[in-house]
Amino acid sequence: MAVETRRRDADPAIERQITGLDALELGGRTRRSGPRRAWASLWPKLAAIALGVLAWQLVVWSGWKEEYVLPGPDLVFPELWKRIDNGTMAEEVATTMQRALVGFAISVVVGGLIGAAVARVRVLRAAVGSLITGLQTLPSIVWLPFAVLLFNTSETAIMFVVVLGAAPSIAIGLIAGVDYTPPILLRAGKVMGLRGVNRFRHLILPASLPSFVTGLKQGWAFAWRSLMAGELIVNFGKKSLGAQLGTDRDVNDAAGLLATMIVILVIGIVVDMAFGAADRSLRSRWGLNSD
Amino acid sequence: MTSPIAQAASGLTAPSRTQPPHSDRPPAVRLSGVSKAFGSGTGALLALDDVSLDVSPGEFVCLLGASGCGKSTLLNLVADLDRPSAGTIDTRDARIALMFQEPALFPWLTVTGNIELALKMRGVPRSERRSRAAELLGSVHLNGFEKKRPHQLSGGMRQRVALARALALTIDENDTSKGTVLLMDEPFGALDAMTRDLLHDEIERIWRERNLSVLFVTHNVREAVRLGDRVVLLSSRPGRVVEEFPVPMKRPRRIDSPEVATLAASITDRLREEVGRHGG
Repeated sequence: MAVETRRRDADPAIERQITGLDALELGGRTRRSGPRRAWASLWPKLAAIALGVLAWQLVVWSGWKEEYVLPGPDLVFPELWKRIDNGTMAEEVATTMQRALVGFAISVVVGGLIGAAVARVRVLRAAVGSLITGLQTLPSIVWLPFAVLLFNTSETAIMFVVVLGAAPSIAIGLIAGVDYTPPILLRAGKVMGLRGVNRFRHLILPASLPSFVTGLKQGWAFAWRSLMAGELIVNFGKKSLGAQLGTDRDVNDAAGLLATMIVILVIGIVVDMAFGAADRSLRSRWGLNSD
Repeated sequence: MTSPIAQAASGLTAPSRTQPPHSDRPPAVRLSGVSKAFGSGTGALLALDDVSLDVSPGEFVCLLGASGCGKSTLLNLVADLDRPSAGTIDTRDARIALMFQEPALFPWLTVTGNIELALKMRGVPRSERRSRAAELLGSVHLNGFEKKRPHQLSGGMRQRVALARALALTIDENDTSKGTVLLMDEPFGALDAMTRDLLHDEIERIWRERNLSVLFVTHNVREAVRLGDRVVLLSSRPGRVVEEFPVPMKRPRRIDSPEVATLAASITDRLREEVGRHGG
């Protein structure tokens, strides 16, 4: 009953003015359509690839190196197609990607746990905070000889360097995210009564997500580098992209070597683009990008 | 139709504006001799000094002061985000919500998600949250924007979502008899004049509908006179209550009316006098 009388308090004129102002403030925001935007970001990339291949061909034509040392695109792309066609490339890619995914997954767990612990516990941060940053700058290939001593030439040795390469970046991403949670949101959380687990789940964790994704992206780049180094050096006869590089060099197959490098490059770019897309969609959904 | 939220938010007392604001009922908020110092020793900064202040149930009190008057500190103390160095604050277990100058909405949640999280924290069962959030958003004229993210809204709309969230926080599932106190820390300070004027009408209506007790901090004298039953002037460094001004004008008032301007002018004079004491 009381509510009905209260409802009448709402002045229709004011209500109309408010919704009118809303409409005016939100109006006029237009976006380019999906396909157009995709093309706008795609064509410069395609042009860059075309220019790169052209430059490569020009160097070959200049006769700077013998063709068996530096083959041109006309030799490399057929070799690449041959390897794709006869299935060797698929086999190598499968092994390498499996290692990459497992290694990256372990890195996410390890880096995430360490990051969360360091971000939450003051003493831990004082103790190992700068150590983690130091580890991130240490080229993971430095760990390889030690890894071989510890685990011989095995999967474990490769995983070891991959995780050591990627985990610090992932941990740092999470720590930065927790550190830079806007104070005003922390205050709002306090007013809402967010404490303990709820505070972590509903506030700290989502607030640090963009920074965490950036950490994941960087962690992936380090994992991929470490994996290539690991496969190239820790070669125990299993076919993989990194191992193939060594084999191609041993038999002086320059075209094969370049074909393998192209595949490694493409995988790196595709995964990086996927992370980039995830990052961008997150940021635009949260309004972290200035429009 | 009876709205459960309106009931919960308004408590047991029926709203009645015919009643004088300074009623005989015990105050919704009572500050007695409250002081707050930050730091210790010679470097200590006294933010509030012996502040005593009552807010009656259903009263709209505006706190006015220049920079450094400890307005935000005072609200933090009432909201129990901080403890006073001396004195007592009695809110009689009222449900207290605090609104800032920034909307401080969670950007990863939709508009309705922000409200629903507040409802969840107040113990509203999951099955009811969606409809109650819609109701709260309706009361700030934001139906149809439930699925938007905060950044897709204008500043004024965001602040209304923040208001709806604050209203959600005044709900108590276990005890609907508790009073409700809304603390507002320069909530419209960052908005353009037109939006601000409209939001004055909005907050006045919601205050009346839900029988809230409001403690509203501002440095805008006309805004204080436009909204308040009473304007409390604070001094700066440390914050003390200098003078209280009852606002006798009938509602609804206009911020550009001569009556508001006249009272605002005399309060401004008093405020300037106070600020002048800090000059050379």
